[in-house]
Amino acid sequence: MTAGWVIAIVLAIGAVAWFFAVNRAHLQLKSVRGAGGQPMHSLPGYHGWLAFLSATLPALFVYVALSWGGLTLTENHIASGIAPTITQPAERGLAVGIVHQVMAALDSLALDVPPATYADLKLAAAAKNLLLPDTGTDDMLPLALEASKTAATTRLLAAIAAIALSALGAVVAIARIRPRLRARNQVEAVIFTALIGASVVAVLTTVGIVLSMLGETLRFFSSVDPFSFFFGTVWDPRFAAAGSSGDQGQFGLIPLLAGTLYIAFVALLVAVPVGLMAAIYMGEYASARTRQTVKPLLELLAGIPTIVYGIFAMVTLGPFLRDLSAALAGGEPFIQAQSVFTAGLVMGIMLIPVVSSLSDDVITAVPRAMRDGSLALGATRSETVSRVILPAALPGIVGAILLTASRAIGETMIVVLAAGVAARLSLNPFEAMTTITVKIVNQLTGDLEFNSPQTLVAFALGLTLFALTLGMNVYALYVVRKYREQYE
Amino acid sequence: MTDTVLAAPVAATPKGPRKRDFGLKRRHAAERRFRLFGLAAIAIGLGFLALLLGSVVLKGYTAFVQTSVTFPIAFDPAIIDKDNKRASDPKVLVAANYPVVARNGLAAVLGVDVKDKKAMKELGNFLSDSSRVPLRDFVTANPAVIGQTRDFTLLLSADLDSASKGQIDLGVPEAKRKVSDRQLAWLKTLRDKGMISTPFNWGLLTFGASSRPEAAGLGVALIGSFIMMVVVLVCALPLGVAASIYLEEFARKTRFTDFIEVNINNLAAVPSIVYGLLGLSVFINVLGLPRSAPIVGGLVLSLMTLPTIIIATRAALRSVPPSIRAAALGIGASRMQMVFDHVLPLATPGILTGTIIGLARALGETAPLLLIGMVAFVSDYPTNPFEPATAMPVQIYMWANEAERAFVERSSGAIIVLMIMLLLMNLVAIVLRRRFERRW
Repeated sequence: MTAGWVIAIVLAIGAVAWFFAVNRAHLQLKSVRGAGGQPMHSLPGYHGWLAFLSATLPALFVYVALSWGGLTLTENHIASGIAPTITQPAERGLAVGIVHQVMAALDSLALDVPPATYADLKLAAAAKNLLLPDTGTDDMLPLALEASKTAATTRLLAAIAAIALSALGAVVAIARIRPRLRARNQVEAVIFTALIGASVVAVLTTVGIVLSMLGETLRFFSSVDPFSFFFGTVWDPRFAAAGSSGDQGQFGLIPLLAGTLYIAFVALLVAVPVGLMAAIYMGEYASARTRQTVKPLLELLAGIPTIVYGIFAMVTLGPFLRDLSAALAGGEPFIQAQSVFTAGLVMGIMLIPVVSSLSDDVITAVPRAMRDGSLALGATRSETVSRVILPAALPGIVGAILLTASRAIGETMIVVLAAGVAARLSLNPFEAMTTITVKIVNQLTGDLEFNSPQTLVAFALGLTLFALTLGMNVYALYVVRKYREQYE
Repeated sequence: MTDTVLAAPVAATPKGPRKRDFGLKRRHAAERRFRLFGLAAIAIGLGFLALLLGSVVLKGYTAFVQTSVTFPIAFDPAIIDKDNKRASDPKVLVAANYPVVARNGLAAVLGVDVKDKKAMKELGNFLSDSSRVPLRDFVTANPAVIGQTRDFTLLLSADLDSASKGQIDLGVPEAKRKVSDRQLAWLKTLRDKGMISTPFNWGLLTFGASSRPEAAGLGVALIGSFIMMVVVLVCALPLGVAASIYLEEFARKTRFTDFIEVNINNLAAVPSIVYGLLGLSVFINVLGLPRSAPIVGGLVLSLMTLPTIIIATRAALRSVPPSIRAAALGIGASRMQMVFDHVLPLATPGILTGTIIGLARALGETAPLLLIGMVAFVSDYPTNPFEPATAMPVQIYMWANEAERAFVERSSGAIIVLMIMLLLMNLVAIVLRRRFERRW
């Protein structure tokens, strides 16, 4: 019986329980009313939902637990059955994989008499377009049969237990219905727990991010020295060819970090002045009508997916700048098609609305009285902005810029398409540099082998990126919050 | 004393009281300059917006039509079924050499000698390699057509399509071009005969992946994206709403709720690629879900969208005035009844608006999907969420990385499709907000 069927049956039992419970509660309600006794504590609907919950929740929980237990049992069975002559952990893992494939093949062939040798099975499976590896051995056949049996038995047990528990829960819940039963409170308690559980998911996500990356990063650091990762100036993660020597290349973070920060810096050079001036103009000068039309248009820039910016940079702007620089220099272009400048410029355009809406919030939080006071003393508007509003809003603006910078550092698609893949240290903004995010994508696309430092380094890079942006975000949010409280 | 000091300069200038110099001229000039800077900033922003959209549309609008040619094809039994075995072995019809059938038909129209091998090769490159499929399907469905001649519409190859759209620089010497002068002459002949047509390119929206640009389409990517959006809606919306209800309506301010709050704010700012790493190590390595599957993409995007939905929902819940809550509690509702029967319905438009905006962001997200293996060559439609698929932005990325010009055109065309979908979603959000928003 498949999991889908078991769940469907349990839910069906729950629905039936709901129906009977509601009916029973209605009957009780009527009789209580006729007798003039104590009124029902809860509405019939709540009794119904209580019956539904008690028919489904424990059953599903037990089903998941038992199925999981069954799976572990099967795995243990297989692991202990693998020939003890195989000692290497990697080879044992491979053998376990083959046993699983044999189990699947036996399942889908559904033969009455299982084949005698592995070679027979391989032939029979090949006739059905199922390819089995050559390295299987004959002793895997009985093992696979045994394991299949264990798996089937535990599955059946789990299904029976779940359905029985479901029926039991339904009967008990219906039998418990009394006028004084506080069904509503019990249902609400379950909902309340679910609400708390939902908000814990956010915490779990963070924990998941940190733990998963930390685990892989530690594995990476077991083969590469952390010092040479964080302070190395050469990035050259040779993809080790099969059977090559232990040479695994160098994983220096510094060139990637430099590229990331350089591109983010160029992006901020574009985004901060333009975004800030746009916010100031919108807040202090523009008429309500202009604001109403221009603001959504600018925010459109923020709604465009980053891949579109990336392709604009790669297909249109990059070649254009290269040709332009070639024309200016008369021959050799001094701007590469993929360069820090191109990537930074396009990223800056993307960040304009981010800066402008964040600083718009900050500027409007400056109290009206400060602005009016300055204007009443005879200052012009620009003087009010530059000598009163901006100084007052400075902490908030710094926070906004930090938040923007963390966006710039974590941005991926623009740099993947426009910044290049060459990891080098250079100060020339017209040459290609690469970033942390580009290297994460490079190391993890394509065929993966999950134990090599070449792929694990991506997690170390990811953790670095996460720590970097987390620090900036926490500090920026703290600054902005502090600043808001100052004027409240 | 001060009087005399002040009076002295007045007496010295008999023309009248001299204006004191406040530097007004300078200051007003500065004011005008400042204002100009502001206008310039807005102009720069809007200019880039126009440039971006303009370049995408200019590069991509031609992808929506595809050049085809309609000509009579003789279904020659000597080519399709040489040994006349189709009655006993239907596989002959599937394996037959249909490109040659099509090529010969075209040769007859253009008066090319079938013996001229070089010309026939160029003629073979004239038509799309994908022509085999419609011809095969047609013949296997109606074997009676063998030996007859029918008018058939086939796609031109991508190079000829580009030439027909005028995108190939004819100034380049013939040897360096992908299109020969002879092919161009044929194109002109066919056009003069009225056999060339440029219908709307439905293939762009329906085909799967292909190594031939003219046969590549967004079909698989559209389905993949759709499945992912459904997964996001099913996972992120209930979780997000439940979490916001707890935080906004029930939670007392404790260390724990403070921690959750800081957490959510930070999650909203975590780079999207980090979510891809999370998906790779948790969903694929630990839970053993398949790579390239839309279910994994959907789960990753759900986690990414969750903070957006929570922030929007909390704002919507907060905008419901406390008097509603007081009234509900006052007539004897429990807190749970107050929330679910009164506050939540009033907050629904705001929640939906936030959800749609979160979905729109998720639809355009690329980076995390690259890491979980959505960069795959998938030519068949996925039938369930566990089968490999691609997503719209990933398909755009893959096409943009292809060398052939026609793929770049497709990539821009796909961007237009994606942008239209995003625009529609945002319009729905705006309409929802306008229609149902209440001012209390």
